[in-house]
Amino acid sequence: MLGNTDLTRLIFGRLTLDSIPYHEPILVGTFAVVVLGGLALLGALTYFKLWGYLWNEWLTSVDHKRIGIMYIVLAIVMLLRGFADALMMRAQQAMAFNGSEGFLPAHHYDQVFTAHGTIMIFFVAMPLIVGIMNIVVPLQIGARDVAFPFLNNFSFWMTAGGVILVMLSLFLGEFARTGWLAFPPLSDAANSPGVGVDYYIWGLQIAGVGTLLSGVNFLATIVKMRAPGMTMMRMPIFTWTALCTNVLIVASFPVLTAVLALLSLDRYVGTHFFTNDLGGNSMMYFNLIWIWGHPEVYILILPCFGVYSEVTSTFSGKRLFGYTSMVYATVVITILAYLVWLHHFFTMGNGASVNSFFGITTMIISIPTGAKIFNWLFTMYRGRVRFEVPMLWTIAFLVTFTIGGMTGVLLAVPPVDFVTHNSLFLVAHFHNVIIGGVLFGMFAAINYWFPKAFGFKLDPFWGKVSFWFWVVGFYFAFMPLYVLGLMGVTRRLREFDDPSLQIWFIVAAFGAVLIAAGIAAFLVQIFVSVRRRDELADTTGDPWDGRTLEWATSSPPPHYNFAFTPVVHGLDAYTDMKRRGFARPMEGFKPIHMPKNTGAGIFIAGLATVCGFAMIWYIWWLAALSFVALVAMTIAHTFNYDRDYYIPADEVAETEHAFAGTLTARS
Amino acid sequence: MSDQYGAAPLRPFRFLLVLALPVILSACSSPVLFPGGDIAARQRDMLLIATGLMLIIILPVIFMSLYFPWRYRASNKATDYDADWDHSTKLELVIWTVPLLIIIVLGAVTWVGTHLLDPFRPLDEITTSEGVALDAEPLDVEVVALNWKWLFVYPQYGVASVNELAAPVDRPIRFHLTAESVMNAFYVPTLAGMIYSMPGMETKLHAVMNEPGVFDGFASHYNGAGFSDMNFKFYSQNDGDFDAWIQNLKASNQTLDTQSYLDLAKPTEGSPVAYYSSVEDDLYKRILGMCVRPGKLCMQEIMMIDAGKAEPGRDVTIDQLKYETYDLDQFGHGGDAQGATAPASNREPHSDERTLEEPAGEGTIAPPQLHEN
Repeated sequence: MLGNTDLTRLIFGRLTLDSIPYHEPILVGTFAVVVLGGLALLGALTYFKLWGYLWNEWLTSVDHKRIGIMYIVLAIVMLLRGFADALMMRAQQAMAFNGSEGFLPAHHYDQVFTAHGTIMIFFVAMPLIVGIMNIVVPLQIGARDVAFPFLNNFSFWMTAGGVILVMLSLFLGEFARTGWLAFPPLSDAANSPGVGVDYYIWGLQIAGVGTLLSGVNFLATIVKMRAPGMTMMRMPIFTWTALCTNVLIVASFPVLTAVLALLSLDRYVGTHFFTNDLGGNSMMYFNLIWIWGHPEVYILILPCFGVYSEVTSTFSGKRLFGYTSMVYATVVITILAYLVWLHHFFTMGNGASVNSFFGITTMIISIPTGAKIFNWLFTMYRGRVRFEVPMLWTIAFLVTFTIGGMTGVLLAVPPVDFVTHNSLFLVAHFHNVIIGGVLFGMFAAINYWFPKAFGFKLDPFWGKVSFWFWVVGFYFAFMPLYVLGLMGVTRRLREFDDPSLQIWFIVAAFGAVLIAAGIAAFLVQIFVSVRRRDELADTTGDPWDGRTLEWATSSPPPHYNFAFTPVVHGLDAYTDMKRRGFARPMEGFKPIHMPKNTGAGIFIAGLATVCGFAMIWYIWWLAALSFVALVAMTIAHTFNYDRDYYIPADEVAETEHAFAGTLTARS
Repeated sequence: MSDQYGAAPLRPFRFLLVLALPVILSACSSPVLFPGGDIAARQRDMLLIATGLMLIIILPVIFMSLYFPWRYRASNKATDYDADWDHSTKLELVIWTVPLLIIIVLGAVTWVGTHLLDPFRPLDEITTSEGVALDAEPLDVEVVALNWKWLFVYPQYGVASVNELAAPVDRPIRFHLTAESVMNAFYVPTLAGMIYSMPGMETKLHAVMNEPGVFDGFASHYNGAGFSDMNFKFYSQNDGDFDAWIQNLKASNQTLDTQSYLDLAKPTEGSPVAYYSSVEDDLYKRILGMCVRPGKLCMQEIMMIDAGKAEPGRDVTIDQLKYETYDLDQFGHGGDAQGATAPASNREPHSDERTLEEPAGEGTIAPPQLHEN
């Protein structure tokens, strides 16, 4: 160490060599794997001379399709991390009986469950949702890109910046030990003085900016950029749900930003918003974070409802039953999402009338949700259901989500919540709706739109293997938790006294292993599909007999999506075009105005990440420097007028003729 | 339905019924489903009523979710395929009104149940199970969630215990709950639903036990490193046994005063049971007012001042308003927390020496993390 402590602290803040957790074998092992894997990846990129391609075609891309793919890749990587946490928790809880401490000390275990929740919601579910919206929404509404293509790229890199900070906490310092919502007073400066909560705060703040901006972006895109003829009530249902989700994002993420900012002020400058003394009140934090947190649940589930609607309709070969009631149900859920937050803390001592009000508003949400489920059922009714992989996920969703919905309404009854709150029953419930609703939906979406994004289908055999492992694994992993919850077992416990509980935890751990096999099968599915891409190729652009505009383009679509903006005459625009014997125009192409790729997003987000890192470790000079650089760079970027180009008409014609050629060759 | 075509194909799977056995067996030991207290039993009843009401719609939905795709599978070539059938006013009416009716019923049940089972509501206001001595004075228990143990004060008996709770059968219990530094929840599943206990605030819980026995109670809101060990035994006893238990506490050679409370409040994991034969007057009130340490202004006083009903003393200092807690960060792992330095506190990084021990008795010197420069 340097002799001069003051100078060291000026330069490095509270970052010292001791901050590296080299005494934790699990972390050292993980670090070794990450370093080796990273080196192998970097080596491969260098060997195959892919750096330029990666930079020019992907990292700096403003193409919504590529950004969508990057979001999903990020989410899958983080799924592996979050799931590793889940396996550790399941193993710990299955082992820690009869006086055994398990293999995780409290310091590590408490970080693991905090990281699991944070990562799965913010860095798995959210990027999956935003990724799918990115790929699909502009295509479904007949647009050439989102409203603000650069902002889209920047949003992605802000999300990635949040990921980097959270991942860094593994190997430098620690992550929060507070639970995924970091409730004060436990998370305030007095009770959690370490860097863990600061990693949490800055990771979420930086990613939150990205999410908020992409919400603004999609809102503008959907409201302003629909193809002519596509009135609101002719929008595909996925676009409708995306619209509602982005309304929720724009209206609720600022609350998260504000509440985390208040917590930071408490921690950094000694204010007393949520402290015990000097007028602070932690109950305010509970309210504020759940005013964001409950809409967040609907942010995740609504687009999945959209996916199920598209999938059910396509694979039943039928129009969606009750489109109008589906739209109204979505809008009603969007509004009600703001009127239920208090059901997360019925047990905090609220009056009976307050509790009843929020309990009943929560139950009311089950009415439009129930209507949606019936609409999907009656879409299959009198249809011709093809059991392709996306449809399998949808059927599994219908059964699983119904159970999760029922336990959700149970928890909405305050007297019932008093005996099940904070229990494993609750844990089982929200995994039931988030896995059974969001994750199943995202797997349906990935299998459904993969051919559109890459030009070949995913291998159905491995898709089905993954599906069955996931679904069976889910039931094995979470049904025991319902039982345990009813036996009065609380969540987040690290060890247990009652040996009769152990069998249930072992069953749950077995379920987690099955899910691990499901994730492995999904990775194999991608690998096998890439190997067999010629056999699985989609030359028509319409592999499933799709009904909406995205299937009117080639797979993958050209940069500009549509050479001519389509004109929409009704719902299910592409089905309508196919029925009318739509012929692709082969002449009269004009140059297409497109946004240019730019590296500004990656640099600005990178500076934000550095600034966050410096704030976490109290490296004030670096925080100030990176913040000034960030502002300067942002202003400088606004003076960059070289941000668009034209695709020449010849090139458009060539692309379109090539696609037409493959189409005629097929027929 | 002949057996040949009906149940026969499922016969090889009958062994699966064995799987249901542990469910049934363990359900019997479930304090949530088979509680010993009236309030918990009524909460359980709400659970069953709500489940029953919802199953009216859940079961048909699950059936249809499996039957429709199978019935209308593409390979079946159903003759009534209709690609454009997308609306039916009658069906729409049904799918909106049936859930609505169920929610109206459930909402009414919820409204009434929530008010009747409000933890703040004294038991004598509602009818309850037979044999409960509603005219007797309820047993008062003042509960303090410390890191990481439970302190129970019995003001009517002038005694206190740590990590052990007892109450006579059939006598209403009135809990007053608060916490020392972080949020907690107090939960004895067999007795009644949980309620948060929070620093500087008081919640209440009214309940009664209807059968004797030894049951589990614990913290049900994550509160830091010692969370898993923060549990206690709840003894539901006949009157004689309860009196003996109280006498046992009175025989203890420990007493709970300001200093022994401040010692007790230091964070510990898996604390043993302890008894206190006497409790300093108003100790619970001062814990609630966050002013156990000498020289602190109580919350109750601050609120009176804020409400304009009391005059602040001329020399109120900021230190009198600051609450001092203990360091939780050193727990749960071999080493210290990473880079634990609060900026407002000027605390040294953990690699440097720091004092964890509180100077005894004074209460005027802040623990390191709150020390103001």
